[in-house]
Amino acid sequence: MNRASRDGRRAVLDSVRAALAGGERTSAESIPREYRRQRPVESPAELFRERVADYRAEVRAADSAGAPEAVLRALEHAAAGRVVLPEGLPATWAEPLAERYETFDDRPPLPTATLEGVDAVVTTCTVAIASTGTIVLDHGPGQGRRALTLLPDTHVCLVPASRIVDDVPAALAALDPGRPMTFVSGPSATSDIELERVEGVHGPRDLHVVVVDDA
Amino acid sequence: MSGVDLGMPSFPDAARQAVRDAQLRHNLGNATNTIRNKRAAVVGELDDWEQLRASGAAIKAHTLSNLDSYLEQFESAVTAAGGTVHWARDAAEANRIVTELVRETGETEAVKVKSMATQEIGLNEALASAGISAWETDLAELIVQLDEDRPSHILVPAIHRNRSEIREIFRREMAGSGTPAPADLTDDPVQLAEAARHHLRDKFLRARVAISGANFAVAETGGLVVVESEGNGRMCLTMPEHLISVVGIEKVVPSWRDLEVFLQLLPRSSTGERMNPYTSVLSGVTAGDGPSDFHVVLLDNGRSEALADEIGSQALRCIRCSACLNVCPVYERTGGHAYGSVYPGPIGAVLTPQLYGVESEDTASLPYASTLCGACYDVCPVAIEIPELLVHLRNRTVRERKGWFDRLTRTAMRAMGWVFGDSGRLARAQRVASLGGRLFGRRGIGRLPWPLSRWTDARDAPTPPAESFRQWWERTRTNDEDGR
Repeated sequence: MNRASRDGRRAVLDSVRAALAGGERTSAESIPREYRRQRPVESPAELFRERVADYRAEVRAADSAGAPEAVLRALEHAAAGRVVLPEGLPATWAEPLAERYETFDDRPPLPTATLEGVDAVVTTCTVAIASTGTIVLDHGPGQGRRALTLLPDTHVCLVPASRIVDDVPAALAALDPGRPMTFVSGPSATSDIELERVEGVHGPRDLHVVVVDDA
Repeated sequence: MSGVDLGMPSFPDAARQAVRDAQLRHNLGNATNTIRNKRAAVVGELDDWEQLRASGAAIKAHTLSNLDSYLEQFESAVTAAGGTVHWARDAAEANRIVTELVRETGETEAVKVKSMATQEIGLNEALASAGISAWETDLAELIVQLDEDRPSHILVPAIHRNRSEIREIFRREMAGSGTPAPADLTDDPVQLAEAARHHLRDKFLRARVAISGANFAVAETGGLVVVESEGNGRMCLTMPEHLISVVGIEKVVPSWRDLEVFLQLLPRSSTGERMNPYTSVLSGVTAGDGPSDFHVVLLDNGRSEALADEIGSQALRCIRCSACLNVCPVYERTGGHAYGSVYPGPIGAVLTPQLYGVESEDTASLPYASTLCGACYDVCPVAIEIPELLVHLRNRTVRERKGWFDRLTRTAMRAMGWVFGDSGRLARAQRVASLGGRLFGRRGIGRLPWPLSRWTDARDAPTPPAESFRQWWERTRTNDEDGR
């Protein structure tokens, strides 16, 4: 740290301390937390499907055996031709795709120009939130680095029903805060022009969610 | 920091202009009404909203009362995760640090995700004067930047522009800074968004430097949280090699778990959605994924001074959701520009005078830009008592600007004292006033001469009644034979 930034640091902290001098410092234990840590949801998977659909995302439900077919239908619907598959995507999902589509692995990392020319990406997620219709990627196995779910126009996400939780508190508790994370709720959207919602501004235009009953 | 000239007319002058603009009032009325209804619907879905709100307020209040230690904890966590923390006392210092960091990369352009903090310090202008182009990538922010306009809403900066105005701005200005707008561009929002996508895609893929703000900074983990809708935030946080985030010191929250409160409060209060399309969390650098060089600039710029004000400091709890703008009868009629600051609406009226001081007439007039109706407090997700703060700041304005206020009140009070000091004079004054009432009819009184103009400059004086109480008493007593 050079001298100027050392001075800045000391000055800001001194000024904060001077402002707080003599005032009461509360303890974190005194924060009331009377909100719901859990929400009574009869079927999280059903609520999740309903809430995702509210964002104009395409939602499909499948059992484990039917999941590859549901992914194929989603890609057909999006008229995709070139598909990128992240490292660690289970072979049962990846193999049927490789037979039908021109697929790309991201190992070694694809150059941005190649990724830009890909139509779709197929991933799974770490956790999903029923009451908000959100999928959360921590970019671990089967989810790819962040650019993979950002540049292609279509994102197909396989959500195992066992990973769907009721609400935000349960989702955060299930995540590792040290990892990079992307919370996705529907396709990218803007409401900046007369508050009319338009999908697909900078991120993916289409979000397809396949809820896989893995019970 | 104090006595800053915001370079804008003071609120009363700007507001008088704005309320005459029928198009602006129409755009604003539609927009605020729509967001208000959406917000009410999704907030109504949570039966524990008031408990979430109480927790949100308490977490922020607790953090502020221990801000020094949480800032140090945040710094250690960021450093441990491979990032670098810088500290900036004021706008000039923050701009110097960011400019230097961009220069070190050898680049002369950067992509930017909308950030209130960087607007507050005038970063784009500072970078421009150092020969660095900073491209705004949020659609609304792009509209504002291309038009060399100013944002008029925290969340929807181009709320004052309709689709045909946006089409004209794109057709006129896009070519000057990259991919031009298509020749056959219509005013269909889908086409306009598509034009913005094409214009910016090239910049996202080329840029090696990105500049962002943050909605939350987690002390425990060193994580920065960026909440957005369009994906431009993800682009900036993911594609370039160098990332510089400018973060106000009040953005710190203690723990990862605290986000469970704010990620419920913010999207519902802000855009009226259960969750915004994208939220990114970034802790330092991750090998092979995202930027390899990450800097956080912690910005004071008047915040520590506001922290010293026991009542005023609660404005620092603000999570910039803009719910208070959308319910404010004053904002709805004047728009954001009238506030002359990057923070408009009720929260701007309490935050701006605290960050910049009340020495200038521009900032001193802001606490008066309110009807004190209390709607802003009702919707605030962290329960900032904005009406109480406005009154507090009015008091402070009066105290600190004593000379100005004294001159005004001495003249007015001396006149009033003279009138009230004698019953005959009072009777005569009332007869004059009620004559005025008959003359003006129901039209009301426009502008009165100085010193009463200090009142009528910003509001209509009510028409005096056609008959005063004294006159009524005389008339009815005379008609009453018992003399009662």
